[in-house]
Amino acid sequence: MSKDFQLHPDLASTFAWQVDSIYFLLIALSVLFTVGVFTVLIIFSVKYRRRSDDERPKPIHGSTALELAWSIIPLFIAIGVFTLGAEVYFRMYRPPADAIEIFVVGKQWMWKIQHPEGVREINELHIPVNQPVKLTMTSEDVIHAFSVPAFRTKRDVVPGRYTTMWFEANQTGEYHLFCAEYCGTQHSTMTGRVIVMEVDAYQQWLGGGVSGESMVDAGARQFVQLGCATCHKAESGGRGPSLVGIFGGPVQLATGEIVTVDESYVRESILSPGTKIVNGYQPIMPTFQGQISEETLMQLLTYIKSLSESE
Amino acid sequence: MTTTSTTEAPSASGHLADPDVNYLNNEYGIKSWLLSLDHKRIGLLYLIMTTVFFVVGGIGAALIRIELMTPGGDLLEADTYNKMFTMHGVAMIFFFLIPSVPAVIGNFVLPIMIGAKDVAFPKLNLLSWYCYMVGGGLATFAIIAGGIDTGWTFYTPYSTTYANGYVSVALFGVFINGFSGILTGVNFMTTVHKMRAPGMTWFRLPLFIWAQYATSLIMILGTPVVAITLLLVVLERVFHIGIFDPALGGDPILFQHLFWFYSHPAVYIMIVPGFGVMSEVIACFSRKRIFGYSFVAFSSLAIAVLGFIVWGHHMFTTGQSIYAGMVFSFLTFLIAVPTAVKIFNWTATLYRGSVSMESPMLYAMGFMGLFLIGGLTGLFLSTMATDIHLHDTYFVVAHFHYVMVGGMVMAYLCGLHFWWPKMTGRMYSEVMAKTSAVLIFMGFNLTFFPQFVLGYLGMPRRYHVYPDEFQILHVASTAGATVLGIGYLVLFICLVSSLINGAKAGPNPWGAKGLEWMIESPPTPHNFHETPVVTFEAYAYEEEDTLLPVPGDGQTTGAVSH
Repeated sequence: MSKDFQLHPDLASTFAWQVDSIYFLLIALSVLFTVGVFTVLIIFSVKYRRRSDDERPKPIHGSTALELAWSIIPLFIAIGVFTLGAEVYFRMYRPPADAIEIFVVGKQWMWKIQHPEGVREINELHIPVNQPVKLTMTSEDVIHAFSVPAFRTKRDVVPGRYTTMWFEANQTGEYHLFCAEYCGTQHSTMTGRVIVMEVDAYQQWLGGGVSGESMVDAGARQFVQLGCATCHKAESGGRGPSLVGIFGGPVQLATGEIVTVDESYVRESILSPGTKIVNGYQPIMPTFQGQISEETLMQLLTYIKSLSESE
Repeated sequence: MTTTSTTEAPSASGHLADPDVNYLNNEYGIKSWLLSLDHKRIGLLYLIMTTVFFVVGGIGAALIRIELMTPGGDLLEADTYNKMFTMHGVAMIFFFLIPSVPAVIGNFVLPIMIGAKDVAFPKLNLLSWYCYMVGGGLATFAIIAGGIDTGWTFYTPYSTTYANGYVSVALFGVFINGFSGILTGVNFMTTVHKMRAPGMTWFRLPLFIWAQYATSLIMILGTPVVAITLLLVVLERVFHIGIFDPALGGDPILFQHLFWFYSHPAVYIMIVPGFGVMSEVIACFSRKRIFGYSFVAFSSLAIAVLGFIVWGHHMFTTGQSIYAGMVFSFLTFLIAVPTAVKIFNWTATLYRGSVSMESPMLYAMGFMGLFLIGGLTGLFLSTMATDIHLHDTYFVVAHFHYVMVGGMVMAYLCGLHFWWPKMTGRMYSEVMAKTSAVLIFMGFNLTFFPQFVLGYLGMPRRYHVYPDEFQILHVASTAGATVLGIGYLVLFICLVSSLINGAKAGPNPWGAKGLEWMIESPPTPHNFHETPVVTFEAYAYEEEDTLLPVPGDGQTTGAVSH
């Protein structure tokens, strides 16, 4: 996080050069067109300047060939740039399977972050260098956006749903974290730092955290305390479906519809359980809307996910 | 000549044409203005009120720029700052840019250009101004009574559940104001269809008319959507009906879809009429027909239609499906094509012309430069990979100011300078007008070019305080805004002083073609003494200038100007 005046931001993730190369290509195209059109305008303005007030230049109605040419050439340039941009965008949308998963909750006006190991931090995100990191994010109130310019990526953080983003930092250092979506009075102070560390230093930092309880353990504890475990037993036969081994797979609903058990489905099933009842079960589960925090929800989610990990 | 006879007896209206009677002096008194059904007077009513809102929005801009000279929040409280940028956006977009060219210049010249004595529905035209006034009044009340801090985009659930102040009142004001646009759109479309003078075929229409027609289409189809959306926000805010707030079971992203479904086409409501102005002015000051008339005419319609199916490019970072994102991105790129065609055709119009750089043409050149940059930087935002980085940063701020201010405001001022002699009968000081054009062009670039750099560095928009390293660029931007402000001031003095001591303009000071230049300046109350018969195409600059005859005195409206 340089304090000096810069004309170009730091490059600190694997996306940075990919985005920058398209950026520079677009700058080159823009300069070419601007200078080209302006040169022609100036030449015409001077060469064909009005020399006497009764000039009546001969009319030119147009030239279909020329007009087609300057419609089709920009069209091909546009398609080319679109393709380049879409390809990088695709990569930004597909987190690798081995990414470290970190959870982010935005609220007016702070970022609350939980690492799977249980360490929590506010307005700071510590991550290891050269390892993909996936953020699962939600908001407690209005829409925010998690923006790290040095990584060239951002994503909206929306209340009532999970959004994800991922990146792989490749430069250690400290970088700006901004809230990019206007979120109210103190929007411009909803900022922080992303601290990219060597892997060893990161491990050491994780170990030094106060909380000894990992997110999975915390989730397991909540699972019992909130009474989930009374119906959702490990073996089948409980009043609710067993949650072992279901995450990531399909499940048939009472309506016959088949849905995938993902973060959004688990979230919805906890907050408004009556919406998508699993086939063969009664809609008897009480809602937890407004009774558990987003952080607890994320812990439960991590725990439920852990029930489907084969290791 | 365009009419058959110059010696006929007094026209149907029954009185001899008095050369001293025009639309400005045929009636006096406040009532004659506030209840006027004359499209020219209504145009001037809009001119006055849009100028008032431009000043209101400008005050907001000035306070924002002064605040941002330092990284800390020294001048304004965070809350006040948020209210200022909201006020700036709401006043400039809903009450200045959208009505500027259509309601001011369009109201004045559209009927004259097609040879009509007024618009099709003069009473609706007046009603549209009152809708605008009521909407503007409500918005102003909301600003004075406590302000609104949602930003002009009113994103939910912030606007429905969390924002302070008079959001509902402001939204209702914008809602009422929407009817003003719808009524103007209905009026213009009907007028163009039904009231063209004999001989004024579709392909003899000036391109300004095509542009206004395309704009009217967007106004009629788009405005109802935003009107309903804003009402839904009011319903959720006042009655807690869950539509957008997830805590009430709503979907906050739904609002963005509905909002941009109107508000992206609204960008074209703002810029397409400016394209129309450009075609008129560039043809006039190069004394040439517009190169490729039909390409330019249809590109306006293409932009209007495509503009409706690209709204999702405002939402690449919301987590919408990647495939939806790709479609929106691709369609957005397609809009670049008709836009590029226009730029190239205007440039080609100068070829072998007779080019004269009077102040309207100077504004037109300024438009070309700034709009070109505005359009090209749009590519950075339609490219998905770069948009993710640039979304909600100063790059976006700079981009749309290049299009809206560099493009549209320049086009509006260009049109105002072009038709000012027609509207007022007076010439302004050419030296002052050129000075203001140059000051505005330079000040604008100094204000907004640094913001592209700031945006790529990652400076988010709507920030009241910011990291120290961005200060130099913000100071440059504020310095530019000062020059820009002085430019607008010179322009204001220039135009107002022309009313006091400007030389008489005569019917056709620029040697321009088109029906509006064949009648008196300022025009008579019914524009034409007799319905003109059109025998010429638009921009027939190779022909001699002519004037329509004035019945009764056997003379034309004045000396042929060239």
